[in-house]
Amino acid sequence: MTAAGTTDRMTRLLALVPYLTARPEGVRVVEVARDFGVTERQLRSDLELLWMCGLPGYGPGDLIDLSFEGDRVRVTFTAGMVRPLRLTTDEAVALVVALRTLLELPGLAEREAVGRALAKVTAAAGHAADRVTPVAVSVDAREEALAVVKDGLERKRALHLHYYVPTRDERTERTVDPMRILLVDGKWYLEAWCRQAEGVRLFRLDRVDDVAVLDEPAAPPPQAHERDVHNGVYQPAPDSPAVRLRLDRGARWVAEYYPVDSVTPVDQPPGGLAVTVRTADLAWARRLVASLGGAAVVDEPASLAAEVAADARAALARYGADAQRASSNAG
Amino acid sequence: MAAKRAERLVNLVIALLSTRQYVTAARIRATVPGYESDDGSERADEAFKRMFERDKADLREMGVPLETGRTSVFDTEDGYRIARAHYELPEIQLTGEEAAAVGLALRLWESAQLAGAAHSALVKLKAAGIDVDTSRAIPLQPRLDAGEPAFEPCYAAARDRRALSFDYRRPDEDAPVRRHVQPWGVVAWHGRWYLVGLDLDRGAERVFRLSRVIGTPKVSGPPGAFEPPADLVLAEVVAGQVGGVEHLVVVRARPGTAVGLRRHATPLGAADDGDDRLQLRTTEPGRLADQIAAYGADVVVESPAEIRAAVISRLTRLAAMGASA
Repeated sequence: MTAAGTTDRMTRLLALVPYLTARPEGVRVVEVARDFGVTERQLRSDLELLWMCGLPGYGPGDLIDLSFEGDRVRVTFTAGMVRPLRLTTDEAVALVVALRTLLELPGLAEREAVGRALAKVTAAAGHAADRVTPVAVSVDAREEALAVVKDGLERKRALHLHYYVPTRDERTERTVDPMRILLVDGKWYLEAWCRQAEGVRLFRLDRVDDVAVLDEPAAPPPQAHERDVHNGVYQPAPDSPAVRLRLDRGARWVAEYYPVDSVTPVDQPPGGLAVTVRTADLAWARRLVASLGGAAVVDEPASLAAEVAADARAALARYGADAQRASSNAG
Repeated sequence: MAAKRAERLVNLVIALLSTRQYVTAARIRATVPGYESDDGSERADEAFKRMFERDKADLREMGVPLETGRTSVFDTEDGYRIARAHYELPEIQLTGEEAAAVGLALRLWESAQLAGAAHSALVKLKAAGIDVDTSRAIPLQPRLDAGEPAFEPCYAAARDRRALSFDYRRPDEDAPVRRHVQPWGVVAWHGRWYLVGLDLDRGAERVFRLSRVIGTPKVSGPPGAFEPPADLVLAEVVAGQVGGVEHLVVVRARPGTAVGLRRHATPLGAADDGDDRLQLRTTEPGRLADQIAAYGADVVVESPAEIRAAVISRLTRLAAMGASA
């Protein structure tokens, strides 16, 4: 198997001459670098390498020839490299599955263009796309709030939300300026400027209890920037207090679902993990630990463990009272 | 990669594309720069052979259709060539709108499993003359999660149609069980990854959650060993198996509390102690028990007995945590 770096560079080297052939007027070197996702320096070294390649004979008329004019480059002799290499199965799968996923999105204005692109890509992929595609992506397209939010976004109107905040177990009301809709790890989110919080917030659509499009225009202020969700939607500040948990098998998903600082396997509980979660919101941590029903043990802070246990004892007392009442009723 | 090696591979591709004849290894060695030249020594022959074998394997791995054969019956050994028609990406033209759709769609893989393949697909489309603007803002953006180590081997086995075995641990089982599967495909269903296939031990279609696969799945046997059902719709198989039986649960909640539970509850009126009686529906009783336990003394389960017991056992474990701390 080839190393990823090798394959990447070869894919690029075999694609560069066709890329320039398709753009006979020449392209700025920075632009080529951007299109191929590499630095300008890397791209120049690729072009220099191609200059040394060509047809057997390898004389002046056989080698690939490039001409630089100012900051632009164009190809003057291709040595027969006029088209890119056909798509591999993996590339065809990546394209076809991505376009199919896009088609599943509700109320997509560009649906027809996506459908046409899918047909053309499938045809160009040839037999790489013939067989049953070994990957499928199914997104939850049923969110009722989605249609309303999307309408507001497209018409650039502010939205009024009734929003459930699970960390505080509270229903809130707020006016927001919508920025975009995201699908992250299977959940829909609205990213918007929240006028109450005066900040950019992500609202999970399955927690929107009611939403209305307002007449007033959406006006996110200039300081409203889209958040980078590459590392998930939970992004605690690094200096937030540390909550140290030991997770047993049933709670190990916590280490994948929430950003955790350190993950160490432990023997007790068997197959367990010790993790550090950073959060400024201890009420949230208390709910998280309680909802894990004992599958996570709090090592730190001790006060958190004590609170969770006290809550549980109070609840058990109610069940005890309940059971007594039930038995006295029976008697 | 070493520049010399990249140069040699590019020259090899150009040389084999430029001929209709099959070119022998000896001829390639004599013409394409960068190969160990023939000085008559066995050592040089061996070095060339190793180099050439590796180059062939790499080109094939990249999808270069390297053909082997003989131009005439008088040839004494096999030669190599690349048929242009099999090498080149067929003609494809996209409108600006269609190209934007492709750019947007590929962002699905941005930080996920097929990111590399998505990137090289994009490079090839650009090389075919298509201007794909990946920065165009469409305010709807799907994205997949990267962290699923079992994806790669499961996907590759499904792609190549090879038998797969792995250790699989269901949450209700203490020890993992070795499963043998003909993998049909991998599905992201509402944010979670699943493998769909024929379970060879049970002789039936099964769905496996990738996060429950322990260790690295192993492939065995030749590629193309089976064919999935022709009418297979992967996502439907998962949708059919993930949903479970619906349970009706009645709880009592203190007034003004348990806002989250009430969002999906049917109110049944007040209990004799002033609490609100609520009816809940769930296909995942374990998750509901988790949620109820987290409300502590604010919510008490009336029925059914199994869920009441499940909540009490969670609370008992939580209460013990304080005792040991």
